[in-house]
Amino acid sequence: MNTESIVFIVLAFFVALFSVLSVTTKRIIRAATYLLFVLFGTAGLYFLLGYTFLGAVQIMVYAGGIVVLYIFAIMLTGKTDKSKQYTLSLGKRAAALLAALIGAGLLMFVIISHQFVSKALDANITNEAALPISVIGSTLLNAGEGGNLLPFEAVSVLLLACIIGGLIIARKR
Amino acid sequence: MNITIDYFLILSAIMLGAGMYGFFTRRNTLAILISVELILNAADINFAAFNRLCQNGLEGYVFTLFSIAIAAAETAIAIAVMINVYRMLKNNFVDELDTLKW
Amino acid sequence: MTYTLFIILLPLISFLILGLAGKSLSHKTAGIIGTLALGVVTVLSYYAAYEYFFVIGRDAVTGAFERQVPFNFAWLPFFDQGLHFDMGILLDPISVMMLIVISTVSFMVHIYSFGYMKGERGFQRYYAYLSLFTMSMLGLVVATNIFQMYLFWELVGVSSYLLIGFYYASPAAIAASKKAFIVTRFADLFFLIGILIYGFYTGSFAFVFDTPEGLASYAQAGILLPLALTLMFIGGAGKSAMFPLHIWLPDAMEGPTPVSALIHAATMVVAGVFQVARLFPLWVTYAQDWMPVIIWVGVFTAFYAAAVACAQSDIKRVLAFSTISQIAFMMVALGVCTELQTGHEHVGSVGYMASMFHLFTHAMFKACLFLGAGCIIHAVHSNEMSAMGGLRKYLPLTHITFLISCLAISGIPFFSGFSSKDEIITACMAYNPLVGYIMTGIAAMTAFYMFRLYYGIFWGTENKELHAAHHPHETKIMTWPLVILSVITVGVGVYTTLAGFGLFDGYSFGSLISADGRDYRIHFDTGVALTSTIVAIVAIALATWIFKGERQPIADKLYATFPRLHRWAYKRFYMDEVYQFVTHRIIFGCVSKPIAWFDRHVVDGFFDFLAWGTNAASEGIKGLQSGRVQQYAMFYLVGTILLIAMLLIF
Repeated sequence: MNTESIVFIVLAFFVALFSVLSVTTKRIIRAATYLLFVLFGTAGLYFLLGYTFLGAVQIMVYAGGIVVLYIFAIMLTGKTDKSKQYTLSLGKRAAALLAALIGAGLLMFVIISHQFVSKALDANITNEAALPISVIGSTLLNAGEGGNLLPFEAVSVLLLACIIGGLIIARKR
Repeated sequence: MNITIDYFLILSAIMLGAGMYGFFTRRNTLAILISVELILNAADINFAAFNRLCQNGLEGYVFTLFSIAIAAAETAIAIAVMINVYRMLKNNFVDELDTLKW
Repeated sequence: MTYTLFIILLPLISFLILGLAGKSLSHKTAGIIGTLALGVVTVLSYYAAYEYFFVIGRDAVTGAFERQVPFNFAWLPFFDQGLHFDMGILLDPISVMMLIVISTVSFMVHIYSFGYMKGERGFQRYYAYLSLFTMSMLGLVVATNIFQMYLFWELVGVSSYLLIGFYYASPAAIAASKKAFIVTRFADLFFLIGILIYGFYTGSFAFVFDTPEGLASYAQAGILLPLALTLMFIGGAGKSAMFPLHIWLPDAMEGPTPVSALIHAATMVVAGVFQVARLFPLWVTYAQDWMPVIIWVGVFTAFYAAAVACAQSDIKRVLAFSTISQIAFMMVALGVCTELQTGHEHVGSVGYMASMFHLFTHAMFKACLFLGAGCIIHAVHSNEMSAMGGLRKYLPLTHITFLISCLAISGIPFFSGFSSKDEIITACMAYNPLVGYIMTGIAAMTAFYMFRLYYGIFWGTENKELHAAHHPHETKIMTWPLVILSVITVGVGVYTTLAGFGLFDGYSFGSLISADGRDYRIHFDTGVALTSTIVAIVAIALATWIFKGERQPIADKLYATFPRLHRWAYKRFYMDEVYQFVTHRIIFGCVSKPIAWFDRHVVDGFFDFLAWGTNAASEGIKGLQSGRVQQYAMFYLVGTILLIAMLLIF
C-alpha cells in the first residue's frame, strides 16, 4: 500500500460522495457547489496520474469558468416558485434510481469481469518528469503521424460558433 | 493493494450512475445540465486513466482537453438558451416548457 | 341532317346560360333567351319533319319511311363483347312527330309564361328549368338506343321534380315534388332492371336490330325478353301515371300551371306511351301473350281516372285525372294492336297509329286546356271551382278556346279528338268488342266530366263577391298560345274528319305514321263513329242539364242520394291512403325499422367498438410520445441495458 494508493482512495471517496450528493440535494445552488467539489477531486486525480497541465486546465476551465457560469445562471433564474419544486412522483424516482443502479452495476460487472492489462498506480507514474508543454503543443498542432490538427481546428471553429451563438441568443431584444 | 485501471473505471461508473439518476429525476434545466457535466467528467477520467495506465500515446490526453473545451462551449450555449427561456416564460422546469409542442 | 343535333344542343346551351348567369340577367332578357332558343328549335324541328317526310320520303323498295341516324357515337365503348352505350339521334316517324309536339307545346308554354310568371321570384330559374326539360325530352325521343333513352328519361324526371317544386317555399309543392320523384324513381327501377335483362340476354341496347344475329339473340332470350319488356312497361307506367303508380300526377299540379301543361299533360307523361311504341316491334313479335297486361292496366286506369275526375273540385286536378285517363286510352290502343302489317281495311295494326295520333291531338288540346286553366287561375287567384262560375263574360277568348278543347276531348266530329279517339275505339272493337264498349263508355264519362268542368267554370253560380273585389281579366300574351293551339285542334279535326268520312282521299295522319311505315288512309267505321258521337252528345247534354243552371238541384240531389260514392270518388278512392298505409305501416314499420335497429346497434356498434378500441389503445401508448427528453433517455437506457444483458447472457 503506497502513498499514491491512499491518496487515490481518499480522492475517489471524495468524488463519489459529492457526485451522489450533487444529484440528490434539493437545492440547486448546493448541487452546483458539490459539482465544484467533484471537479476539484477530478483535477486531483489528474495530478495523481502525473497530468499536471490537464489538472490545471480542469481547474481553470471547469471549476473557474463553467461552475461560475452555473452559479450566475442559478442566481439569474432563482425566482422560481418554491411550491413547484421537485414534485416528481416516488414511483418515477424509484424507477430512475433502479435504472441508474442497474446501469452502473452492469457496467461495473463488465469492468470487473474483464482482465485489463494495466500498470499499477505508484510513485513512478505520479512523479515521472512532467509532460512538457512543447510536446503537448506539437501533438495538438501536428498535421502528420499522431497529430491532431483537424480536431483542434474543428474545436476552434466550434468555440467561435458558440461565442457568436451565445451572443445572439442571450442579447436583449 | 495495487491501484489499477479497474478502480478508475469503477469510480467513473459511479459518477455516470449518479449523473444518469440526476438526469432522469431533475426538473430544473440547470440541474439537468449539472448531471450532464457529471457524465462528461466521468468520461474524461476514463480517457486520462486509460491513456496513462494502459498505453504510451497522447490520444486520451488530447481528447480530454477537447472534451473539456466542448463541455465549456455546450454549457455556455445551454445557459444562454435557458436564461432566454426564463426571461420569456419566467419558468425553468422541463415539463412546463411545452409551448412549442403543439 | 346533322343540324338536328342543334335541336338538343340549343336548349342545353340556353339552360347553361340561364342556369349559370341567370341572376345577373333581367327577367326579360332571360325569358327572351329561353324563348328564342326554343323558337329556333321549333323551326329546326319543323324543317327536320319536312325534310324527313317529304324530301327523303319513302324508301323505294319497302314503301316505308326508313330510320335515319344523322348522328351517333359510342359514348361508353368499354365492353368487349360488343355491348356499348351510344349517344345519337334517331329519326323515324314517331320521333319526328314527337319533335313537333314537344317543340310546339314547349314554345307555346315559353311565350305563355311571359305573362303567367310575370314578376315571380326565380323567373330566370324557371326558364332555365324549362330549357333543361325541353332538352331532356327531345333527347329522349330521338334516342338511338334504350340506354340513352333511360338517361334522358331520368333527366326528364329531374327537371319535372325541379319544376313541380318551383315554389319551394310552399310545403305542399315540396311534398308533391318529392312524391313525384320517388314514385317515378321507383318505377324507373323496374325500367333499369328491364334494360339490364334486355342488354344481357340480347347483347345490345338497340331498340330493334334486325340483323340475322340480332333476331337469333331475341329468339335465344326466350321468356326473358317479354319479362324485360314488361319491366320496362312498369317504368313507362310510372312515368305515364298508370294505375297504381298514378298517385304523383294529381299532386304534381302544385307546380306552375304552364309547367303542368308542358310536362304533366302534353309531353313527359306520354313518355311511357312513347317507350312502348318505340319497343312495339318487339312487343308484337315476341311478347304478344303479355300485351293484355298493357290493355287491362290501361282500361282500368282510364275508368278509374275518369270516375275520380267526375268528383274533383280543383280544376287542375280534374284536368290531371283527365290526362291520366287519356294516356290510358293511348296505352290501350297500343295494347290492342296485334300485328305490324297495315292493310287498307281496319285490321290489327290500327291501334299503333291511333295511339300516336291520339298522343298528338291530346298534346295540343290538353295543353290548350291547361293553359286556359292557367289563365283562369291567373284571373281569379284560386284553383277551386267554387271561386269561379260565370267567367265567360270576363274571359271571352279563354272561354272559346276552352270550349273547343272540351269538344275535342269529348270526341265531337270536326274536332281533332274525335278522329283519334274514334280510331282507338275502332282498334279496340277489332281486338275485342268488350274492350271497345268499355272504352266507349269511358269516352262518354270523359265528355261528362269535361263539360261539368266547363259549366262549373264559365256558367253556373257566379262567385260575385270575389269577382267584384278582383276584376278578372285576360293578358294578351297568354291568349295567343291558346288561340294557336285551338286553331291546330280545329284544323286537324276538320281535315281528318272530312278525310275520314271519305269526302276526299288525301293524306292523313296514318300516311305519315303507321305501324309498318306504309301509307295508311284513315277511314272511319260509320257504326263506331256514329255510336261514339251519339254517346258523347248524350253525355254533354246530361252535363248541360245538370250543371248549366244558376242552381243545380239535380247535382245536389245526386250528392245526397249517393253520398258515399261521391265521397269516395272525391277522395280518389283512397289510393293515397292505401299507399300511406303500405309504405308507413308495412314497409317502414315491419321492414325498415328492424333494419334501422340493426344498422344503429349492430353495424354502428361494431364501428363504434373499433373507434373505441383505437382510441383506448392510443390513450394507452400516447405516453411513449410525450416529448419529454428525460423519459426518452430513460427508455434509451433501459433498452441499452437489455441489449447488454442479452449480449452477456448469450
